Amino acid sequence: MSDVMVDVRGVHKSFGPLDVLRGVDLQVRAGQVTVILGPSGSGKSTLLRTINHLEKVSRGWISIDGELVGYRRSGGKLHELKEKEILKQRTRIGFVFQDFNLFPHLTVLENLVEAPVSALRRPRKEAEETARRLLDRVGLADKAGAYPRQLSGGQQQRVAIARALALEPKVLLFDEPTSALDPELVGEVLDVIKDLAGTGTTMIVVTHEIGFAREVADTVVFMDGGVVVEQGPPAAVLDAPRHERTRAFLAKVL
Amino acid sequence: MTLTSDAATVPAAPPAADPAALQVVPARHPARWVAAAAVTVLVAQFAHGLATNPVWEWGVFGDYVLSDTIVQAVWVTLQLTAYASVLGFLLGTVLAFMRLSRSPLLQTVAWTYIWVFRSIPMIVQLVFWFNLSALYERLGLGIPFGPVFWSVDSDSLIGTIGAAVIGLTLHQAAYAAEIVRGGVVSVDGGQLEAAAALGIPRLRQIRRIVLPQAMRAILPTAGNEIIGLLKGTSVVSVMAIGELFYQAQVIYGRNGRVIPLLLVATAWYVVLTSVLSVVQYYVERRFARGADRTPPLTPLQRARRSLRALRAAAARRDRPVVPLKTLHPAEPLEGTR
Repeated sequence: MSDVMVDVRGVHKSFGPLDVLRGVDLQVRAGQVTVILGPSGSGKSTLLRTINHLEKVSRGWISIDGELVGYRRSGGKLHELKEKEILKQRTRIGFVFQDFNLFPHLTVLENLVEAPVSALRRPRKEAEETARRLLDRVGLADKAGAYPRQLSGGQQQRVAIARALALEPKVLLFDEPTSALDPELVGEVLDVIKDLAGTGTTMIVVTHEIGFAREVADTVVFMDGGVVVEQGPPAAVLDAPRHERTRAFLAKVL
Repeated sequence: MTLTSDAATVPAAPPAADPAALQVVPARHPARWVAAAAVTVLVAQFAHGLATNPVWEWGVFGDYVLSDTIVQAVWVTLQLTAYASVLGFLLGTVLAFMRLSRSPLLQTVAWTYIWVFRSIPMIVQLVFWFNLSALYERLGLGIPFGPVFWSVDSDSLIGTIGAAVIGLTLHQAAYAAEIVRGGVVSVDGGQLEAAAALGIPRLRQIRRIVLPQAMRAILPTAGNEIIGLLKGTSVVSVMAIGELFYQAQVIYGRNGRVIPLLLVATAWYVVLTSVLSVVQYYVERRFARGADRTPPLTPLQRARRSLRALRAAAARRDRPVVPLKTLHPAEPLEGTR
């Protein structure tokens, strides 16, 4: 299939004696939204972090748009990439963290401009224009000069999303983007993500928001114990799960 | 007296009207007044002694405090401080990142350096450098245990001032390294992770993301260190370098006016430290950007604001006073005994 954007094959990851991922296979097509559900400790965040090489896989491989992540294939061997090349790969993979990780000493605009200017060598002026456009898109055009701590959690996460978009990545990864938010702020962040889904951005979202999964996902993936237990359209996985473990999880969270 | 006995013996007070309408009696603090009076007396006594005790010889102090020799010496002290703090913190930053690096060799070298230079008293180290030419007559560039390509007489390479700067720098670097490292590890790990996820180049991550945030933790201790260094330069007087304390000693050795010349040196150290403290305040403020929702005012801004408030109050004074709402006769909230 040529339109597979993210290809995860046989990925294992262990931290010392702890096997967190035990052979994960996952294909995400370009322009689709994949939501990963699962109990805590099921390995979903770790999987997300291996996709942009924040964690190195112990076994298996991952490719994005046909390009291996963290390695180069040549002469029948896999050569580990240098940090510089890995950083370059990461500019094509947007990542949104659970606790935002905005740079608190930089203004909102500087947060958005930093990576395009330093990593992609964009002219500052052009980067600022893009940044203002993105802030407008997440509804924060008037906050360009504010510092992150002057914003609410929901606003900070929207800035973090805009910051990830500023690099025009091929894929956007969300690691529990609403878990650190007060309940009344969850909606505004989910709305921004829904809006992005409508524009055909390829996204993988780890979340506990079942309603969001039902509404936005093209594919829902249920993980448990470091493997993908089942996956399919939301209607199938959420309303008629085939596996006992999925049923048990859904019974608890719904 | 317990609450229960109160309830048992005292009839319930009539329900107070709206407490907001009652007069507020401020709490009294007699002990504070006694302490304030005692301290005032002590301060007055000290000031009186300073002004009237003839031993201080304020006239001699006045003669010397702005004399050419002393001003020259202050300049030397400032230069020593500036060179040693800039070079010390540069070397210290390199050492800090060596200790934080993933290379065990770099870690060990940095750790050993810090261990050695924190162990040697500064004065011992300075005398070592002063005697460098006895230790190594010539210094050269070459391959260890191999040929030497270039060499120079060690006394001509580093003069006395050079030896002092090197000594102070090496000493300072060991402390600076730990201060910088402390600052860097205090930055939340998520910051580096976010910078890495955005593909920001490694050096830029450190310079733009980590160090500015680390500065918040580094600056207060660094300010301490630089002020300590300013005063520590007086130690190089053992090397007969014409800095402030050395020149003060030379002058009182000549004229015997020990106390007023010590006062001269003290006054200059206090002035220089005060300047450094003010600089530190503003530098810290600059690096605190984004740390507070509403940054506190500077003392200058506060002074201006209270001046404005005073003026406004003065302008209001002439207007007729609006009487406060008439208070009810004091009606205690609790039952009285």
